[in-house]
Amino acid sequence: MPGEEERKSGKPAPGGKARKYWKLFSSTFMLSACTFGGGFVIIPLMRRKFVDELHWIGEQEMLDLTAIAQSSPGAIAVNASILIGYRVAGPAGALLTVLGTVTPPLVIISLVSMFYTAVRGSRTADRIMAGMLAGVGAVVCDVVVTMTQGLLKTKRVLPFVMLIASFAAVRFFGVGIVTVILACGLIGAADTIYRNRAAKERLRFAKGGTEGKEGSEHDLS
Amino acid sequence: MICLELFWSFFKIGLFSIGGGYAAMPLIQQQAVDLHPWLTMGQFADIMAIAEMTPGPIAINAATFVGIRTAGLPGALAATAGCVAPSCVIVTALAYLYYHFRELTLVKGILAGLRPAVIAMIASAGLSIVFMAVFGQRTLPAGKSGIDLTAAAIFAVCFFCLRKWKLNPIGVMAGAGAAGLILYSVL
Repeated sequence: MPGEEERKSGKPAPGGKARKYWKLFSSTFMLSACTFGGGFVIIPLMRRKFVDELHWIGEQEMLDLTAIAQSSPGAIAVNASILIGYRVAGPAGALLTVLGTVTPPLVIISLVSMFYTAVRGSRTADRIMAGMLAGVGAVVCDVVVTMTQGLLKTKRVLPFVMLIASFAAVRFFGVGIVTVILACGLIGAADTIYRNRAAKERLRFAKGGTEGKEGSEHDLS
Repeated sequence: MICLELFWSFFKIGLFSIGGGYAAMPLIQQQAVDLHPWLTMGQFADIMAIAEMTPGPIAINAATFVGIRTAGLPGALAATAGCVAPSCVIVTALAYLYYHFRELTLVKGILAGLRPAVIAMIASAGLSIVFMAVFGQRTLPAGKSGIDLTAAAIFAVCFFCLRKWKLNPIGVMAGAGAAGLILYSVL
């Protein structure tokens, strides 16, 4: 358990650098080794470890870090561990947490891959894999349905149109994935700027002219 | 040379997969199946099943698997490093911005714009996997022949269990594997 001084300041104690580095590495290593199911599962566990248990990161701060991890490119678990490492111990900390997160899958998959090469082609393995293939198809479809439901909850037309258009572009017209991502990112940015401006206009109108500018920074966030 | 190619391919996968594990799936398919002869569609589908069953981020699992099969351990390290490199740069930059300005509205807006695209691409890759399981190919077959009814049944039951009871995907996958072993042996 961390010392009392860490708890009070919400920051790690200045002393015991090696111990802090080791704790960062071992925590992310254990979380990565034991967490099945990717970023949306590992983030709550990281929260429990670094916010509730070690008190290295504040409650609200962790929410913001989660938002950054989810909105950045790459694996969410890797992004979150970079943020936590960087926050606690700077670039060196980030490096350690990345290593901690990446090493377990690297070792496990290397072993699995050797095993895969040995058994694939045997009738038993083929039968299991055929079943699991249908299973993973179902898992992915479930994810798609859940995500689409979340999208429909926004009750906006634009995202839904973008969904259909993106699917058609990728599936039927052979448009590159990167092109679609860049286009949708641009549309998202333009939409945000436009809606921000519209909200500012409304606010200014509601407040009656000049003083609208002050309060308008936080809407839509 | 092959390691450099692996690094670069997975760098692009890391750079453009936004929104978590499943978002990397279509990009991995594009890089490793369509653009490079590293995996067959069947092997790609196998990797997705294996990545789902093992701990760790899907993209890292896939990078390791593709890397080790094409160029051994150096390949695995190169692919994993490539996959993580964009995150390191971009996330550190965003962390810096966050701690200095605490302003993420535009980033959130871009993310909101990306969500439909990400769903669409996951849907497309998921469809490829379902077709692979049920028809043995990536697209709908012309005739009625070649439909694997056992796989179709396993898919339907799994999907129902996931939607209705929100069962753990790992458990569902294990069940699907067991069902495959039993059903294909009996039928």
